[in-house]
Amino acid sequence: MLNFARPFVADSGWHLLNMTQGVTDLSKKIYDLHMMVFWVCAVIAVIVYGVMVIALVKFRRSNGAKPDTKMVHSTKAEILWTAAPTIILIVMAIPAARVLIDIEDTRGTQMTLKVTGYQWKWQYEYLDEGFSFFSTLSARSNEARQLQSGIDPGSVENYLLDVDNEVVVPTGTKVRLLLTAQDVIHAWWIPAFGMKKDAIPGFVNEMWFKVDTDKPGTYRGQCVELCGRDHGFMPIVVRAVSMDEYKAWAAERKAALAPPPADPAEAAPTADPNAPATASVAAPVARG
Amino acid sequence: MSHHEHDAAAAHDDHDHKPYGWKRWVYATNHKDIGTMYLVFACIMFFVGGSMALVIRLELFQPGLQFVDPAIFNEMTTVHALLMIFGAVMPAWTGLANWLIPMQVGAPDMALPRLNNFSFWILPFAFMLLIGSLFVPGGGPAGGWTLYPPLVLQGGDSLPMAIFAIHMMGASSILGAINVIVTIMNMRAPGVGLLNMPLFVWTWLITAYLLIAVMPVLAGAVTMLLTDHFFGTSFFSAAGGGDPVMFQHIFWFFGHPEVYILILPAFGIVSEIIPTFSRKPLFGYESMVYASASIAFLSFIVWAHHMFTVGMPLAGQMFFMLSTMLIAIPTGVKVFNWCATMWRGSLTFETPMLFALAFLFLFTCGGFSGLMLAIAPADFQYHDTYFVVAHFHYVLVPGSIFTIMAAVYYWLPKWTGRMYDETLGKWHFWLSAIGVNVLFFPQHFLGLAGMPRRIPDYSVQFSDWNMVSSIGAFIFGFSQLLFVYVVVKAVRSGAKAPARPWEGAHGLEWELPTPAPYHSWTEPPSPALIARGAEH
Repeated sequence: MLNFARPFVADSGWHLLNMTQGVTDLSKKIYDLHMMVFWVCAVIAVIVYGVMVIALVKFRRSNGAKPDTKMVHSTKAEILWTAAPTIILIVMAIPAARVLIDIEDTRGTQMTLKVTGYQWKWQYEYLDEGFSFFSTLSARSNEARQLQSGIDPGSVENYLLDVDNEVVVPTGTKVRLLLTAQDVIHAWWIPAFGMKKDAIPGFVNEMWFKVDTDKPGTYRGQCVELCGRDHGFMPIVVRAVSMDEYKAWAAERKAALAPPPADPAEAAPTADPNAPATASVAAPVARG
Repeated sequence: MSHHEHDAAAAHDDHDHKPYGWKRWVYATNHKDIGTMYLVFACIMFFVGGSMALVIRLELFQPGLQFVDPAIFNEMTTVHALLMIFGAVMPAWTGLANWLIPMQVGAPDMALPRLNNFSFWILPFAFMLLIGSLFVPGGGPAGGWTLYPPLVLQGGDSLPMAIFAIHMMGASSILGAINVIVTIMNMRAPGVGLLNMPLFVWTWLITAYLLIAVMPVLAGAVTMLLTDHFFGTSFFSAAGGGDPVMFQHIFWFFGHPEVYILILPAFGIVSEIIPTFSRKPLFGYESMVYASASIAFLSFIVWAHHMFTVGMPLAGQMFFMLSTMLIAIPTGVKVFNWCATMWRGSLTFETPMLFALAFLFLFTCGGFSGLMLAIAPADFQYHDTYFVVAHFHYVLVPGSIFTIMAAVYYWLPKWTGRMYDETLGKWHFWLSAIGVNVLFFPQHFLGLAGMPRRIPDYSVQFSDWNMVSSIGAFIFGFSQLLFVYVVVKAVRSGAKAPARPWEGAHGLEWELPTPAPYHSWTEPPSPALIARGAEH
């Protein structure tokens, strides 16, 4: 049943060791913060592990080390190793606080996309354009991911990270996402955009991203809050294109798609009829 | 008080008078028998929970679904976590508390022996209910051990079973904690002051207060789930004016102190073992006590760092980021004190010391990833990925589990009067230490590369490190069978242990004969013994 040849296929991941720098200003700031904290930890680790290793080598009984049983307390040392980490933490907290403030700065958004999580798909509503659509796992991935399907996942392009309807956004535009869910909590994440946020039934969460103008492309992510059986199978795909291409795409979409159904709950399978009818909340409350 | 204690002790005579056969265990009131039952129970749950982890790692060995349905996969992740936390680690700590606290504070037994019996015997029923819930209509609990609504409310008959199981585990933990507090506060032999108790007793005292503070909070949270599901309340449903995020706040108000419930006794154990094998008293005893207490206090004000992505106001995120970073300070103090204890010591590397050193290296590694996770903006990338899985397994497996094993190797000669096989013990150590790193280190890479946690199948770029991680899981999992073999072999046919198997060991428990008598200190230890034992 196990295919031992599989892992030797190229691009199966040995080189993937670190966080992506991503394609937005925020994702780069987060990456820089991550690397700063990583290097601070690495330097502390070299010192602390260094001391441990020296102790293990130098003070072995087999090397004839005699215990210094009087070395049991030093107020100076305690003050030093309380104060030093405090200073290091302050040095880390300042840039972290700055980035956090930048992340929460939602002023000046240029377009709004409402994202609704369902078990197990996403709905995207282009509030400014007035159309919406669902986005589900691509048919090919869906076929391959069935239990003992016999299809080699390596033969499926973008296995589990491909959808039928991609989200299209313009680059260089501050896109605000309004996140909510219809049944259970989901979370929306594209690593290249740097941010994730929960989509909570009955509430609206907010996050934003702005893809660099010189970084058009297709970016992929997944639901990251356990949402039931097919949690692993509701990917997110965003294609970032130039503003002109976006406008052309939106016009085409508008023409092709009927207006959204009046009650999206009808379109969504509700898993448990006994569950409280969260779907009936008409006007979700803004959070935070 | 000492007079009264003496009378109580003299009422038992020195002959054991222990009941034989099943009555000895079912009617057990002796702290050693109950401690043994707790440890055996924890060991069984460790293997049941571990088998579930192996099902998870087997399915994740390669992309594609080969072995289990995603629904079964979710049951495995959920029940694995509940079994390991509530069934393996927590009962193991209570077992060690039972065995060690009376011996270490100069008491004949725990303060409340019948309560002790009751708190243990709740557990098998609680876990029969939990494991039984895997087999009922609607499937087992599959909403994750964090039980977030509304997802958890979609569960079938397993939901009330799991909730009652959690209630019972909580009751057991609270009773155990009461017993520990009463024993430490009232049963210390005259002359054993609070600030010359062994650090294991101190950390357990703090743990016991944490348990009493937060287990009722968990019980309340799951009871609200129950009423939401069956009695039409809507605590956690927006449709009825409730809020699903409120559950997360309540849950993590329990959940973060719970993290320290799982690790504080480990700090105590390591603070006993490192001085012994360094042949040098613990460095900075008082600062260790204060650091433990500070960690416990801080654990109450950091809970929302588990939920940075739910959409909190900026001020809330800022507060929880900064308060979480503060925990690095007392934790650092502890690590530095352990290093200073080894410095200018005379070190040998018997199996307990090896496990304690692995704790020191690998828990520190988990501390670094914890500090990274505290940084809220970076957490927006790390949250709910394998980076988090790697982090908490680094602090729980080489943190708590290794330390429990270190404690068993360390005190087994005193408990049973027999030595374990040092060569096999070292084999067990090296297989575990290598296995655990092969298992969990690559998960840092997977998380940073963007693999979400709790998914049964993944995109092919995550294949290689998942395969490595699964290989590590099987090495680690199967090498634990060796642990059972080493312990059973020692108990049945180990070489006779001397009264002081470790020349550097200090503490009242080492002043008792070997094996330790059935009733620990029937007479309070003399001031001379206390003075000799208290050389931290």
